[in-house]
Amino acid sequence: MELLTINNVWMMLCTALVFFMHLGFSLLEIGLTRQKNTINILFKNIFIITVGLLLYCLVGFNLMYPGFGEGSLGLFGFAGFGLDAVAAADLAYNEGYTYWTDFLFQGMFAATAATIVSGAVAERIKLVPFMIFVIIYVGLIYPIAGSWKWGGGFLDTLATPFYDFAGSTLVHSVGGWAALVAVWLLGARIGKFKNGKPQALPGHNIPLATAGVLILWLGWFGFNGGSVLSAEPGATSLVLVTTCLAAAAGGAIAFLISTLLYKNFDLTMFLNGILGGLVGITAGADLMGPTDAILIGGIAGAIIVFAVAIIDKMKLDDPVGAIAVHLVCGIWGTLAVGIFGAKAGGEQLISQLIGIGSYAVLCTGSTFIIFYVLKKTIGIRVSEKEELEGLDKHEHGMNAYSDFRLNEH
Amino acid sequence: MKKIEAIIRKSKFRTVKKALHEVGVNFFSYWDVTGLGNEKEGHVYRGVSYSTSDIQRRYLSIVVNDDFEEITIKAILDAGATGEVGDGKIFVSDIQECYRIRTGEKGGKTLN
Repeated sequence: MELLTINNVWMMLCTALVFFMHLGFSLLEIGLTRQKNTINILFKNIFIITVGLLLYCLVGFNLMYPGFGEGSLGLFGFAGFGLDAVAAADLAYNEGYTYWTDFLFQGMFAATAATIVSGAVAERIKLVPFMIFVIIYVGLIYPIAGSWKWGGGFLDTLATPFYDFAGSTLVHSVGGWAALVAVWLLGARIGKFKNGKPQALPGHNIPLATAGVLILWLGWFGFNGGSVLSAEPGATSLVLVTTCLAAAAGGAIAFLISTLLYKNFDLTMFLNGILGGLVGITAGADLMGPTDAILIGGIAGAIIVFAVAIIDKMKLDDPVGAIAVHLVCGIWGTLAVGIFGAKAGGEQLISQLIGIGSYAVLCTGSTFIIFYVLKKTIGIRVSEKEELEGLDKHEHGMNAYSDFRLNEH
Repeated sequence: MKKIEAIIRKSKFRTVKKALHEVGVNFFSYWDVTGLGNEKEGHVYRGVSYSTSDIQRRYLSIVVNDDFEEITIKAILDAGATGEVGDGKIFVSDIQECYRIRTGEKGGKTLN
């Protein structure tokens, strides 16, 4: 009982830290975009966390953990609407946490996947179709995706089970795949490409973006630390160490490479490198030693610099680098489980590839259908006038910084 | 009465303001302006190099009596110069009349 209390306290603290990540995402996204779209981005992020939690309570939790029966294909299950107060009363539910904590911790994760998309489509997507997408994606697609592995579905019952400790694939790539498809269907912001060449549309508040990244890093203590699903001392401490080392290595390598490549100390690339390292370590944070963690994070940092450039080359406009960070580094981190650490090996690597492929199909397919239908019916992009004058003015009738003046000296 | 308008570097604002106070020019207005010119600034953002010709400067508008014209201009010239291209410009024009709104008085004495 005392052990359950200790474990449960840690899990509630981790839940709070993952909640805090939504502030990190919000600040990062508004920091790396233009002033005229700030309210719109904040509105989307607040919508995601509020409606995401309600949906997770209504259907998500029971879609993600349906308790697949024997003979089930492990593709889809549903244990009924709402939360189960009877199950919750049983403190033998799990030795690491109560039923309530389980729900809330997982609920905080659920909204993250849609938040990743929010940054990538920023500054030009219409609000209502985005909200429809969020409802379907957070309410339905994310929990089904989660059930395939964390809910005991088919990826968990492979001969060599697919492994994703805290969600390099299940959370980050699930968001990243959707971001990729959404950005492709939506098209680039006006002015992003001139004669086929990518142009810079600098973000308006780099201090906020920096605060966002440091908050996300802090939140990751809960994201990965809580994914131990108890306060087991050895595992939680190791996970915090691997998480932080990977973040540090990711930032350092991204900074070094972007400085060598572009002859410029670019803070935003430094920041994206930290996030790349964090996403990279997430799949195997409990399997790695310190050296593995530094290597995985460092390689993720290098990937970020090149992925940002390649995504630009492909004429995909991702204002905050969400595809590079969450999709590309998510894939890298998932593969890294088969290359480094306790589970490294050919069979594991194949299972990791099967997992990545399965999620690619589910996420790109569902996102394509949702956004394609929305595009053909109500439209997904704001008018040119609205985009130029700002979504804050037209969608919300508000200014983020009315009555605010900056002095340069 | 003369109106002396000066476009100066923002980094020189403090020294120009001090120099104006020292010669007895205590009242003036200023605002930040953006202009275009030959100067190009290079930037890099997320791996994309770009340059802007937008130039940030501060615009001063000073109305003085005729006997203050020369010392005001000299103060700005001395305090505002770095010797590099882009130090700015001074424009001088005549002012027909000046009123103090509080009392309705007019003429040069209202400038003090």
